[in-house]
Amino acid sequence: MNHRRSSPEPLLWMLFSSGGMVAALMVPILLFLFGIAFPVGLLSAPSHAHLYAVLHNPLTRLVLFGLCALALFHWAHRFRYTLYDGLQLKRYAVPIVVLCYGGAVVGCVIAAGLLLTV
Amino acid sequence: MATEITLEVARYRPGVDSEPVMQSYQVPLREHWAILDGLTYVKDHLDGTLSFRWSCRMGICGSCGMTVNGEPQLSCATFLTDYAPGPIRVEPLHNFPVVRDLVVDIDDFMTKLPKVKPWVVREVQSPVEEGEYLQTPEELDEYQQFSMCINCMLCYSACPVYSLEPDFLGPAAIALAQRYNLDSRDEGADERRDVLSSPEGVWACTFVGECSAVCPKGVDPAGAIQRYKLTAATQSIKELLMPRISRRLNSRSQG
Amino acid sequence: MSVYQRPVHLLWWLERRAYVLFVLRELSSVFVAWFVVFLLLLVNAVSDGTASYQRFLDWSGQWWVVAINVVAMLFVLLHVVTWFGLAPRAMAIKVRGRRVPAQQIVAAHYLAWLVLSAAVAWLVLR
Ligand code: SF4
Ligand code: FES
Repeated sequence: MNHRRSSPEPLLWMLFSSGGMVAALMVPILLFLFGIAFPVGLLSAPSHAHLYAVLHNPLTRLVLFGLCALALFHWAHRFRYTLYDGLQLKRYAVPIVVLCYGGAVVGCVIAAGLLLTV
Repeated sequence: MATEITLEVARYRPGVDSEPVMQSYQVPLREHWAILDGLTYVKDHLDGTLSFRWSCRMGICGSCGMTVNGEPQLSCATFLTDYAPGPIRVEPLHNFPVVRDLVVDIDDFMTKLPKVKPWVVREVQSPVEEGEYLQTPEELDEYQQFSMCINCMLCYSACPVYSLEPDFLGPAAIALAQRYNLDSRDEGADERRDVLSSPEGVWACTFVGECSAVCPKGVDPAGAIQRYKLTAATQSIKELLMPRISRRLNSRSQG
Repeated sequence: MSVYQRPVHLLWWLERRAYVLFVLRELSSVFVAWFVVFLLLLVNAVSDGTASYQRFLDWSGQWWVVAINVVAMLFVLLHVVTWFGLAPRAMAIKVRGRRVPAQQIVAAHYLAWLVLSAAVAWLVLR
């Protein structure tokens, strides 16, 4: 019985959990500000210069990258099991795994690219 | 208050019925009667062919689990009056093959349970003359909740993962593994790990949490599973980062 | 011996309320992923200059984008409540040999949430 050494499950679960935690801590406020409050005029949107300055700080970019990467792996893991169980699609496990974790990896690369070139 | 209540009971006669059919019985609505008393009344006075399991009638043996109005329940600890005016639908536990009427086949659990070695494992048994393995109340506290399980299978019946994936080790078996993993006298955590940390072990669980919601003993198997996930994941990552040191640590006890 | 095996419906989770809530909780992850996309669009717009930032603001003010974000907000809040609520069952934290009560663990999570949210809001609105 050696499967536990090679199984990626523990690592994927760790990414899922950390992602769930950072998403719970940070997504609500960011989504509220940029997705609701500024668009509907509840609060006035910050100036471009200010946001640009905030984004230029390497620490901001590091935090945002961590948030994006972990949140994407959180989605990948949860969505994979939702498809397995919720829609009983476990027989398509291979394409589902490719779609979910592959999507997360692609998302991480895009996020890194965008955040590095600010 | 009405003096009678209707029990709609699932009947399944193997070889005769292709699927269960519901049959209604009128039973006295007495204040201290549980569903099980109603069924016993049916068997004694109305229809002697009705089959169901029970033993202790006090929520301890775990043999009388049934689906009552869609919810897994101990039929000896669920009272008729709580469902008045009825009717009350009584079916066998979901997720298990039905052998006859309300009797289900729990062989699957019986073969899975020993795989997690639900007993105190010692590398070296100390001789009897040395006395008991002592334990402080705090150490007892670590696992006591998980030791309350009565193997009633309500948790398996409520678990959608088990219904979709019959190979899943399941809530009670994992909770019982944790009951020993967290016992200060036990040294078997590493031996249990292969089974627990396999894809059919804790990783199949998606924390639906209904096992804990229906458990009549407050065991919280869902919590036990999540705690084990954290333990197992931390261990694997440590092994990934520093393979030599952690292997040595793992050969000793863990939890 | 012939036994009866109850079939599992395709949409089994409609059978019980708790299962429906579970599936909604799991679907919250889709909106978490949507948020990442939205955030990256914002980052991209800000780094492209004032004009594209303005275009992003106009786009995010369209009714359907706001609608998606309101729904996303509800799902994300469901995620927050369920995640923090389940946290004390997934971790047994001890301080000086004593188990920290579940409510305190939950409270600590909400406290961290408030502090972080305030910090983010301050940084953005300053
Ligand atoms: S964990 Fe609870 S529901 Fe499951 S078998 Fe044990 S006592 Fe029954
Ligand atoms: S008859 Fe023993 S638990 Fe119900």
